[in-house]
Amino acid sequence: MKPRSSLLFACLGVAAIHLAFAQAERMSLPKAVEAGVGFSIQITGTGNAALYIVGPGQAIRRDVQLGQPAVFSSGSLYNAGHYLAVLAGSSFSETGSFDVIPASKPANLSFLAKPSRLPVGLHDGITGAVYVFDGYHNLIAAPTPVSFELSASSGAVQKHIVASHDGAAWTAMDSTAEQGSDKFVARVGDVSSTRVVGQVPGDPCGLKMSAKQDGKKIQLTTDPVRDCHGNAVPDGTIVTFTETYSGAQSTIDAPLKRGIAEAAMEARAGATFSVASGVVMGNQIGWAK
Amino acid sequence: MTSPKFLLILVTGFAATSTLAAAQAAVHVEPVNLQGPRHLEAQSQAAVIRDYLRAWNGFSAALEQNRPELLDVDFVGTAKDKLAGTIKQQSELGIHTRYQDRSHDLQILFYSPDGLSIELADKVEYDVQVIDHDKVVTTQRESARYLVVLTPAEVRWKVRVFQSVPE
Repeated sequence: MKPRSSLLFACLGVAAIHLAFAQAERMSLPKAVEAGVGFSIQITGTGNAALYIVGPGQAIRRDVQLGQPAVFSSGSLYNAGHYLAVLAGSSFSETGSFDVIPASKPANLSFLAKPSRLPVGLHDGITGAVYVFDGYHNLIAAPTPVSFELSASSGAVQKHIVASHDGAAWTAMDSTAEQGSDKFVARVGDVSSTRVVGQVPGDPCGLKMSAKQDGKKIQLTTDPVRDCHGNAVPDGTIVTFTETYSGAQSTIDAPLKRGIAEAAMEARAGATFSVASGVVMGNQIGWAK
Repeated sequence: MTSPKFLLILVTGFAATSTLAAAQAAVHVEPVNLQGPRHLEAQSQAAVIRDYLRAWNGFSAALEQNRPELLDVDFVGTAKDKLAGTIKQQSELGIHTRYQDRSHDLQILFYSPDGLSIELADKVEYDVQVIDHDKVVTTQRESARYLVVLTPAEVRWKVRVFQSVPE
């Protein structure tokens, strides 16, 4: 190494040490501050300077007197994040950094529940996801127990307790056997958020019809149509009646009215009648008269 | 021999006149280790990371120029409100800040079951410069772990939560 370069590096080293020493002697920063909580920065020396607290979440500038602590009252610094503290005097500038961490007490939940409506009896059919925030809308990254509770109108309750990871928690619940509006609640401490999940009957189950002759027609009538859990399938659900005769087919789509569907079809000896709703097949009747 | 006082001025002067050279940040993506039942398609992962990295450009430009409208493309909700609040404070104080990301180490943490949010962690290294009325007050290289929540908008993912946490 050339002597000139050596000298330069040595001098830069001295300057760096000088700066480091100066940094240690002028400003003493906390390592971390809780959001919204008051704190102070110890400052030594004499004279005046400007103190900047700067981060993506907030920017503060204050004129300070060296030798006196800079006091930040409650609520001064409330957005969590990494901040630079810069003490700038007429002949020096000193920079440090510290973190503002979220308040430990949860105050807000962002709760997403899906779907808002689904058939009864679906395994893991309902999902809920939560992000946990403090009172300043800072995401609380520390693990926090989140309680998810799904209450059916019958009083049946499913409850899961999940620890959040990096502020997020989720669960999956079964839809209950009974139709109605269920309450889906996410709770952290005394903070809760509620969603309503509508549970509607599932597909028809055990679809059955009977036949009765009415002149030249056959009157086909279903039994009250219910799902596999005994819930009445809603009126308006389409039921399809099919008559098969000599290789030809004719069909009638009839909506459920008051829980049953009806159709009148040609009465022909040797015809076969069947009933279906969606992908669910019902019984068949052969007409021999 | 050069006096320490002169060197101090030299070093300070160098720091004050140096600008943050804009260069492409190095990006490393950790293997996906999701909590949650939903599978994340490679295409979705790529889109989220692309939009998040673009958001750094928007954030950087908005805080340097003190123009909150530059946040509109990439930010939404709490993240946008907080950054806009900082820009307002900076404007009132007559300061602005230059952020230049140098490297990102990204990991997708959570894909919500409904597909409406993705959370990722970013160990980011960045340079930050604080300027008070055109005078550079400090230039620092910092590192932080960011937690970021993105939600889908019409044509892109937008940042809804943008917050660093202690490493």
